Amino acid sequence: MSLETPLHKAQGMGSAHSGVSHFWKQRVTAVALLPLALWLAISALGLIGASYAGVLTFLNNPVNAVLMAAFVLIGLYHMVLGLQEVILDYVPHPGFRFFLMLVNYTFAIALAAASIFALLRIVGF
Amino acid sequence: MAENPQKLAARPLSPFVTIFRWPITMATSIVHRATGVGLAGGLLVLVWWLVAAASGPEAYGFFIDIVQTTLGQLVLFGFAWALAFHAVNGVRHLAWDLGYGFTVKTADLTGIVVIVLSLVLAIGVFVLAYTGHGGYYQ
Repeated sequence: MSLETPLHKAQGMGSAHSGVSHFWKQRVTAVALLPLALWLAISALGLIGASYAGVLTFLNNPVNAVLMAAFVLIGLYHMVLGLQEVILDYVPHPGFRFFLMLVNYTFAIALAAASIFALLRIVGF
Repeated sequence: MAENPQKLAARPLSPFVTIFRWPITMATSIVHRATGVGLAGGLLVLVWWLVAAASGPEAYGFFIDIVQTTLGQLVLFGFAWALAFHAVNGVRHLAWDLGYGFTVKTADLTGIVVIVLSLVLAIGVFVLAYTGHGGYYQ
């Protein structure tokens, strides 16, 4: 007797076709974040002591605004994947685990929304 | 076999984190996770900086005031080192994913390189900042 559903049997994929997606997304975002982190460090160092107007000028530059959005959004995506792995590894209680997964996603989406809103407001939409 | 359960119960448990002297590879692996979790807080501070900049000079001044305290600078240094470590050790992980650097000798060596390089990068950035080499985007 098989425990597979008829649909699952018909698709014939076993457990494959989604197993590596988490791993792969984690690596792709990691590679993307390497040059972005370098850019962030150079920018942060350059903005030391900058006036409020100077910071706005920096973020009004479209290249800086786009790179900042890219760093925050890709960083948050990478963070969601990483924290998910940590939660699944260390939290045995199913209910608490589910709760922390929701916290993870809510935190990421809230920060993503706030950063996009802030950048759009600075750029002047 | 089951004649003396007390004796069975007293047998040693398998060794755990608290018993081992940490090998380099184990330490870097644990620190990679810890810095990753910590950098979630780093993203929170970065987004706070963006929102403060978008909110006006008062909110921005409040952010700068807090960041300029000794505690603020220590936290910033922590994030800088965490980012440096996670990035450099991340490259080490990517090399492993491609199948390179798996011998014990190489893994130990790259582990030491990662620890030293991350400290050099983080301290280097702060030395540049405190010796007036930052601030070129005025």
